[in-house]
Amino acid sequence: MVNNMINVKGFLKGGGFVQPIWVFVIVITVFFSFMSDYFLSVGNLTNILVQTSTIGLIALGMTYVMINGNIDLSVGAILGLAASLSVGLQDYGLAVAVIAALASGLIIGAINGLIVWKTGVNAFIVTLGAMIGVRGLIFVYTGEQSFYATNFAFSDFGAASIGPFPLLAIIFLVCALIMHLVLKKTGHGRNTFAVGGNAEAALDAGIRIGRHMTINFIIVGFFAALAGVLLATQMGAATPNLGRDYELWTITAVVLGGTKLTGGYGSITGTLGGVLAIGILRNGMNMMQVPAFYVLVILGVILISVLVIDQKLNVHASKGVSI
Amino acid sequence: MATAEQGSNRVMFGRVSKSGLMSFLSAQGILIFFLLSMVVFSFFSEQFLSQSNVMTVVRQASIIGIIAVGVTVVIIGGNLDLSVGSMLSFATVLVVDLHDKVGPTTAIILMFALTLMVGAINGFLVGFMRLNSLIVTLAMLSAIQGGILIYSGGQNVDIANQDGTWFSVFGRGYVAGIAVPVVIFAVLAIIVQIVMSYTSYGRRIFAVGGNPVAAVYSGIRKNWCVFSTYLISAFCVACAALVLGSRVMGSQNNVGQGYELLVLAGIILGGTSLLGGAGSIWKTVIGVLILGFIQNGLLLMGYPYYTQWLVTWVIIILAVWLDLANKRKRLLTTHS
Repeated sequence: MVNNMINVKGFLKGGGFVQPIWVFVIVITVFFSFMSDYFLSVGNLTNILVQTSTIGLIALGMTYVMINGNIDLSVGAILGLAASLSVGLQDYGLAVAVIAALASGLIIGAINGLIVWKTGVNAFIVTLGAMIGVRGLIFVYTGEQSFYATNFAFSDFGAASIGPFPLLAIIFLVCALIMHLVLKKTGHGRNTFAVGGNAEAALDAGIRIGRHMTINFIIVGFFAALAGVLLATQMGAATPNLGRDYELWTITAVVLGGTKLTGGYGSITGTLGGVLAIGILRNGMNMMQVPAFYVLVILGVILISVLVIDQKLNVHASKGVSI
Repeated sequence: MATAEQGSNRVMFGRVSKSGLMSFLSAQGILIFFLLSMVVFSFFSEQFLSQSNVMTVVRQASIIGIIAVGVTVVIIGGNLDLSVGSMLSFATVLVVDLHDKVGPTTAIILMFALTLMVGAINGFLVGFMRLNSLIVTLAMLSAIQGGILIYSGGQNVDIANQDGTWFSVFGRGYVAGIAVPVVIFAVLAIIVQIVMSYTSYGRRIFAVGGNPVAAVYSGIRKNWCVFSTYLISAFCVACAALVLGSRVMGSQNNVGQGYELLVLAGIILGGTSLLGGAGSIWKTVIGVLILGFIQNGLLLMGYPYYTQWLVTWVIIILAVWLDLANKRKRLLTTHS
């Protein structure tokens, strides 16, 4: 019995092979497949993957930034800018439009990263500013207009599938795999953990922490832009307000996945679980005809529960005095 | 939060400002910037400094300002509050909806009570459970927004008889020629500033935000202090909801969406550090007013409203950078 308890504790801490969020994903999958006949069909499951790919792609990059000890609030705005550019520039050719859109994400990510690096201003403030400013850029560029894709190849891309698998879901999973390997197997991944865990020690170990931070901001900028382009292909259009609040959803997904806001801890597999958990909850509750409002409340409750569980289990790590 | 600002000087990469003039400028940077921008705008537009325009700007800024006063206290205590936007929607929908059902007085009392209760939940989770305030209030942002939609069923609410109620006084009324929202803003700001500067309670909040461990060892009940900051923040949100609900006499479900970030922008612009233990209400008031005047000035110069967002981006980063460079210089001189 005692042995069992320790195992449960160790498991919930994320020490084991299976992460807690994945158990949650499986539990809600089983739950919803009992509650709805249509939930556990191939069509619906691929649907969930497509629906979550937008938040999911951003969350991949956000995981890096958060492991690094930073945060990026500007991803929603970058997504909106990339979506507008990829639709609005189609008169110059599809390739130009998509490349410009992706480049915009890289550039804004680089600006964020360089400012955090060179000025030492808190990433929260820098990206909060960028979030407001980039939204302004979108409005300046679009003149408050929505754009509609005239090139049908663009909208067809969003609906395309290879065999039974939607192209967007495949792109998301491939990106997740690549990001997982980079985090686990490369020097950049290791250094990202090191900087987030202890910036001082990382500096003493000869790690150029500013460069790694900047690279991670560029990565998240790129993924936000990619998500924007793919979202625009799904809709065949882009509105200036696209991507509002996405930063909050993304951070929720990453935190659900077990990545710590304080840095130094996290994983892509966990983030994937967090993203899927949100997607399955939304989809399953729709299937059960629960109004969408309840999802917001449930997500909030889950997020706080995750924090409470995490804190109860890691009391020794964060032991502080209290009166 | 990010490690860069907390780490030693080596981990921070910025350059140290050299001349005395620079250090003076950056110490009073935000005030100087405020005056400069007023001068520039008044060159370009004759109406800018007219009494009616100034009053309009202050009146418009007062809702964000009222919330910012409360959030500043939370930030000084070393935490964040991202849930104020949702809480504003919640309180506004509540007071407007209840107005026709139970009458204005009861509606206002109920609204204050429920908003304070939400604040107490925030405060309990952050203060007593000692959870990360960023995520707690992020979760509350989503939960409260869901709660509003469940409560209202997704419908917008409004007050049926808009002329026959004294409720309109909070948003549309005047006291001695000054708009009531501005009066509420000013009174709240002055009271909270006095409490923060001249009472032992205020000093305790600063102590808790500056160094929680030291604060606890000196006998401060940290958990209660943090808890109380969230109550203050919720109280300010309730006041803002009073103004907003009474000005519009109706409310959308997401009326406060995005307010949390505008409020933070104002606070950061004013120079309050997100790390806690420093800052002041009057700085926040100036930060919020700068945002208001920039918006107004750019509009008067004929630019569309969204250009202010671009300008905000640039000045937020410049303001914080100057502030940081200045602090670093002080740090270096005391050590060497």
